[in-house]
Amino acid sequence: MTLATTTTDANRFTSLPAGQSSGSALYWGVSDILTITKRNLIRYVRTPEALFFSTVQPIMFVLLFRYVFSGAIKLGGTLPTGKHLPYVDFLMAGIFAQSVSFGGIGTAVGLAEDLQSGLVERFRALPMARSAVLAGRTLADLLRNVFVIAVMTAMGALVGFDFPTGALPFLAATALVLLFAYALLWGFAVIGLSASNSETAQVMAFPILFPLLFASPAFVPIADMPGWLRVFAVHQPLGVLIDATRALMIGGPTAGYVVQTLAWTAGMLLVLVPIAVWRYRRSV
Amino acid sequence: MTYAIEAQGLEKTFGGEVRALDGVSFSVEEGTVFGLLGPNGAGKTTAVRILTTILEPDGGRGTVLGHDVAREAAVVRRLIGLAGQNAAVDEYLTGRENLWMVGRLNRLSHEHVSLVSDQLLEQFGLTDAADRPLKTYSGGMRRRLDVAAALVASPPVLFLDEPTTGLDPHSRNDVWEMIEGLVVEGTSVLLTTQYLEEADRLAKQIAVVDHGRVIAEGTPEQLKSDLGTTVLDVGMIDQVTAERAAQLIAPAGTKAPTVVDSLVELPVADGPKAAMEVLRLLDHNSLTPTLFRLREPSLDDVFLSITGRPTEEGSRDGDDPSSNGSGSNGRSKRSRHARRGQPQQEHRQGLPGANDGGAR
Repeated sequence: MTLATTTTDANRFTSLPAGQSSGSALYWGVSDILTITKRNLIRYVRTPEALFFSTVQPIMFVLLFRYVFSGAIKLGGTLPTGKHLPYVDFLMAGIFAQSVSFGGIGTAVGLAEDLQSGLVERFRALPMARSAVLAGRTLADLLRNVFVIAVMTAMGALVGFDFPTGALPFLAATALVLLFAYALLWGFAVIGLSASNSETAQVMAFPILFPLLFASPAFVPIADMPGWLRVFAVHQPLGVLIDATRALMIGGPTAGYVVQTLAWTAGMLLVLVPIAVWRYRRSV
Repeated sequence: MTYAIEAQGLEKTFGGEVRALDGVSFSVEEGTVFGLLGPNGAGKTTAVRILTTILEPDGGRGTVLGHDVAREAAVVRRLIGLAGQNAAVDEYLTGRENLWMVGRLNRLSHEHVSLVSDQLLEQFGLTDAADRPLKTYSGGMRRRLDVAAALVASPPVLFLDEPTTGLDPHSRNDVWEMIEGLVVEGTSVLLTTQYLEEADRLAKQIAVVDHGRVIAEGTPEQLKSDLGTTVLDVGMIDQVTAERAAQLIAPAGTKAPTVVDSLVELPVADGPKAAMEVLRLLDHNSLTPTLFRLREPSLDDVFLSITGRPTEEGSRDGDDPSSNGSGSNGRSKRSRHARRGQPQQEHRQGLPGANDGGAR
């Protein structure tokens, strides 16, 4: 029996045209990604508590550092205006980095859940693009990050951040954070695809994330760190990102940090995407 | 002739040692239900995963409507639907959204998906629940939606992997009626099940699988006549009376009755007829049974009859190949694999675990 007659047979029991639309491979590839993206976004909307807690944590950090620790942290810098650098201005770059990196745990957990629930199995038996599961997942999480960054910006403004370098550099900073975070999501995807269940994914993500975030200029100036730690802090990807976004947000030398951040982003994508795809293929 | 589904000597080993499939072959005629019957861990799900392009076989070949599942996976995926215990739905999405997702991923147009979704939701009695997240569904509703999702693209070939496992009898009946309806409309179905009753009711042909091999194959009638179809349980007041009753009623059975304590178990060919005869015989001798029950043979009975051992995994250590002579069909299949001298070793399987055995 040929494919054509089979399709006709199929019509018999829906009394409808088979409805398999024409369209190029590219059209359907994009359609698949958007379908998976939408599905993931619906899940985020349906689990507001998850979104709430992933937002509430950085908010608490903002409050904690802004009001509890800021007095104890000595900042030497000045703003382009010549004014002494307020801690809240320093803090924003760290909070952005924290929000998007901790949010990535959701990517790992979500993928692990999809594998565990058998949904990925069903996807594999469908005529969809193989790449759409990972592409749709990371795209949805990129959009989630846009939301989280918007919330954090509003939060920063509430506690006294006043955009000292103006709107455009600030927007450039958020774009840089989102771009970097997108690359980082693929790392979390690798974790999610390597974990045997969602709990493990969460536990695996944390010890990787923690040193990257705290052994960095995120919340405190690195000047007082021991030398070896300082070297790590300024060169590790999250540290570089924080320096770049901070420079964009409060001024100072910028280009070098931005270039380094873009290099890390490109490097992470080049390494992590193939690993994630490889893990996905082997995750049957 | 082109079969809806054909498996030829499928082999699959997980993690280098867990032999899930050991040369499984069967053919599914178009427009019929084929039952793959076997206990947990027999390899049913692995066979389904290979035939639905999810896994690649280590050996052998599978085709769907003549298309090779490994080499023409893209074509096959447009011809099949998959549902059952392992094919999942997204519990945060509503019923309609799940159908939308699967429909779109099947490359159906928006208009077509929404038309078919409405139809399916109604057909499966889910219209009222259509816009509720699946989290709020009962087990039976979820399973029905799962099957509906497999049907969105109107596939001519449907794989149902233990579609009723874990369902209550009422929901199970719903699923059965639904499957019967699909076949009337021309769908070919591969059904895996642990329940002889289910395979008996739905399937035109049955293959019994055990430890990754087909050990018996035929129509439900053939299988059941091989093992004496129905069992009549007659309880007596004590063992002595039971022994006496067993002697009296033996002529009504197809095989010699067995006596366990005060219970006589008599394999019979025609249940009601045998029951009347047995009652007459007992009454003639002024014996009154304390229990009188006709029952269908269970999967355990089938296994006992074919392999000489129950399905219970633990008993396999006592598996003596020489005592298994009755399973002629399975034996002949085994003999094709001469290298397998020690069946016990191959028995260490279960279904491949949650994610993978092979990936680690």
